[in-house]
Amino acid sequence: MSNEWPLWEVFIRGQHGLNHRHVGSLHAPDAELAMRHARDVYTRRNEGVSIWVVPSAQITASAPSDKGPLFEPANDKVYRHPTFYDIPDEVGHM
Amino acid sequence: MYAQMVKSEAANDDPALLAAFQARIDAGERIEPKDWMPDAYRKTLIRQIGQHAHSEIVGQLPEGNWITRAPTLERKAILLAKVQDEAGHGLYLYCAAETLGVTRDDLTEQLLSGRMKYSSIFNYPTLTWADIGAVGWLVDGAAIMNQVPLQRTSFGPYARAMVRICKEESFHQRQGYDLITKMAQGTAEQKAMAQDALNRFWYPSLMMFGPSDKDSVHSTQSMAWKIKINTNDELRQKFVDQTVPQAKYLGLTVPDENLKWNDDKDGWDFSEPDWNEFYDVLKGNGPCNTDRLSARQKAWSDGAWFRDGLMAHAKKAEARRVAAKVAAE
Ligand SMILES: [Fe+2]
Ligand SMILES: [Fe+2]
Ligand SMILES: [Fe+2]
Repeated sequence: MSNEWPLWEVFIRGQHGLNHRHVGSLHAPDAELAMRHARDVYTRRNEGVSIWVVPSAQITASAPSDKGPLFEPANDKVYRHPTFYDIPDEVGHM
Repeated sequence: MYAQMVKSEAANDDPALLAAFQARIDAGERIEPKDWMPDAYRKTLIRQIGQHAHSEIVGQLPEGNWITRAPTLERKAILLAKVQDEAGHGLYLYCAAETLGVTRDDLTEQLLSGRMKYSSIFNYPTLTWADIGAVGWLVDGAAIMNQVPLQRTSFGPYARAMVRICKEESFHQRQGYDLITKMAQGTAEQKAMAQDALNRFWYPSLMMFGPSDKDSVHSTQSMAWKIKINTNDELRQKFVDQTVPQAKYLGLTVPDENLKWNDDKDGWDFSEPDWNEFYDVLKGNGPCNTDRLSARQKAWSDGAWFRDGLMAHAKKAEARRVAAKVAAE
């Protein structure tokens, strides 16, 4: 029972040229079989045109406790959004 | 419901942490694997998602039984695709459970040793081809009733697995109804098979939602945690209301003398299934419990050399790759 296949994360690019998106994970002994399993498990209905598989152990994730320091500084930088600026109607679309 | 009678744990964590956790759930936030969660929430979810996953996997057996005997090539291709989807559902759910810290092998081992359950429905046999129609129509129909609300469950990976699953389930139910329609509109003998399938699968399907609310001991905590969204009786009523007209359309009779439209509740009155039978099947005494478990045990032990062989090959190939890289440097 100790010989479990390692875990892989699966990313798929959909039909319309969007980024690869994380769709789930699976177990496989190596990259080649991870790819085949990903195809069977996650693209049975034309969900994608490209697959990435990444060993889960290779992913570094942010910790929930880092949420504050990582993301809160963006909250008070409203000037980064176009809606912060009033453009006179006479100028037209900008 | 694929997860029946999931025992919930009592939470005994720091009250302040518990309150903050409950507030997140009440606010509709999703709980993610690395977030703090009460130990009882984690354990209950592992049990529920695990039981759900096992049901998808064991659920392949009654239908797989007919793949080689499907009456046409088209029906065979459809059934194969349906059963393959169920394997996929099992895999999505196992992965969701694994994010809670349990391993796949551990889950498998608990199924094979009988410590974890799967839905009682899969302990009934599929005796005729019409049963395959009844399974898609009724069993997948009942599963959908339960799975649609679970797309809003509080645990992120579980909710996302449910979204994928729900997208695929509608095909399952429709192919079943389509199949049984052909039977019901066929020869007298075929119609009798369709009726017989409904007779045998009706009450076991009603049992899928679990015991009546008054006997359902684990619901309150699970509903507060939003890992259960509706009560068993609510979902059962919804299922009956949806299914009765579908049976009528087929010219089939629901095997219940007490079935009667009730204007006041705007729904059907119906007989409860035999709960003694339900508990008996859960205990392991259904018609197919032994077959189902031994089929899973056989698949697991017969596949061991293959799983190990692939892993040994992968390790060797990796060692060779590393050695070649070192030599080149
Ligand atoms: Fe399923
Ligand atoms: Fe199913
Ligand atoms: Fe299904």
